[in-house]
Amino acid sequence: MRRALLDLPARRSGPMDGRDARAKLAALLVVLVVISTAHRALAATAAALALVLIAGCLWARVPVLAALRRAAVVLPFTLFFALACWVAGDTARAVALVVKSYLSCLAVWLVIATTPLPALLRALESFGAPRFLLMVAQFVYRYLFVITGEAARMVDAAEARGGSPGRAFRRLRFRAAAGALAVLFARSYARAAEVHRAMLARGFHGRLQNLESPHFRPADVMFAAIASLATVVARLAAERLT
Amino acid sequence: MPAPLVEVQGLRFRYPDGTQALDGIDFTLEAGESVALFGSNGSGKTTFAMHLNRLLSGEGIVRICGLPVVASNMEAIRSKVGMVFQDADSQLFMPTVLEDVAFGLLNCGIAPDEAASNALAALEAVGMAAARDRAPYHLSAGEKKRVALAGILSMSPEILVLDEPTTFLDPPAQRTLADLLRGLPQAKIVVTHNIRFALAVCQRAVFFERGKIAAHGRIEEIVARFDWDFAFQPSNLDR
Repeated sequence: MRRALLDLPARRSGPMDGRDARAKLAALLVVLVVISTAHRALAATAAALALVLIAGCLWARVPVLAALRRAAVVLPFTLFFALACWVAGDTARAVALVVKSYLSCLAVWLVIATTPLPALLRALESFGAPRFLLMVAQFVYRYLFVITGEAARMVDAAEARGGSPGRAFRRLRFRAAAGALAVLFARSYARAAEVHRAMLARGFHGRLQNLESPHFRPADVMFAAIASLATVVARLAAERLT
Repeated sequence: MPAPLVEVQGLRFRYPDGTQALDGIDFTLEAGESVALFGSNGSGKTTFAMHLNRLLSGEGIVRICGLPVVASNMEAIRSKVGMVFQDADSQLFMPTVLEDVAFGLLNCGIAPDEAASNALAALEAVGMAAARDRAPYHLSAGEKKRVALAGILSMSPEILVLDEPTTFLDPPAQRTLADLLRGLPQAKIVVTHNIRFALAVCQRAVFFERGKIAAHGRIEEIVARFDWDFAFQPSNLDR
């Protein structure tokens, strides 16, 4: 169950999944610029851009409701700043902050949901992102599965010795969780040392090599152009009509 | 006469916490030989194995195919000694099975196309070619072990070092692994507590005790001398 949540993009298959990750990142960049620079007729523009993103989700066969829910993850952060703007008397800015961050997050989720992380990291590398940072991200992703597995085993072991669920039990579990977190970090550290030894044993000298280099096809250019154009046209149309 | 594949003389190693893990180990391994390392937990078996490709470095002499195991020979040594770790999860870290098996080849400077075809050949040798595009963490324990072995075999090592290879494997998977290893031409050092597996794969055994080699010889002799087997007798339940 936990694994399935983490590994969603790796197991899907839709028309957007086959596109080169660099094309998706280029289109995403355009979408984010269009969203972040919108200022006139914000309500109509936001509605038009939301429609484009939802259409994108439908085309890519990404569950729309799930995507809308996932995009809301950004709200706790932006609501805080929006509240500050609202208290300062700038209601328009507060609304713009919430709407733009939500739409940006929806666009990012659409790319993440249709691109396996390794392909995304390679695309970022080709755009000049620091290689070391990307390597760390790759390992974090890989070992999330190991760490969630360790954590799940620890939770099961704790529950097996902890009596029946209830308020008192939940309190105890919270206390135990703090200690368990320390153990989890220690186990993860030991695991990291083992992984490093295994890498050295196979000749690792500080740089992860890629087996394949992705090919940028005409269909990828077409995808990036259409996705970018759709967003720009949606914004211009909304601004003209209001 | 060719030099032994592995030659160890007077090897000593102390962990930073003061534990004397190895205390004067002498050991040789000839081409084509397979040796089981027995001994209780903490007796120094894995520590010894990790000295063979300088994952640890102690006092004494270690030579692989005549080459001293020193920093300047690291690349050559690590291509000659393939180590399969106890927990395959530590060894499989790339996004797909094929990329993981090709990891060592790419590190050795082999071109991506050649690395991919060698990796695929290694996967075929262990019966895992169909899993080439799967994520390693979606495999069963037995499959992970076979992929980890393929990652080592792809580098064509002369010596295979296997640390507790039967851990997490059910009996049929242990049998499959033993059959697979028996068919490989490489010399093998197998750290194990599994007597049946050792009998299936190795010709002789070495017994470790508190960082020293207490005895070596035929597996049956070592097992009998140290009473190193657990045989379940249903009749024992009546007692």
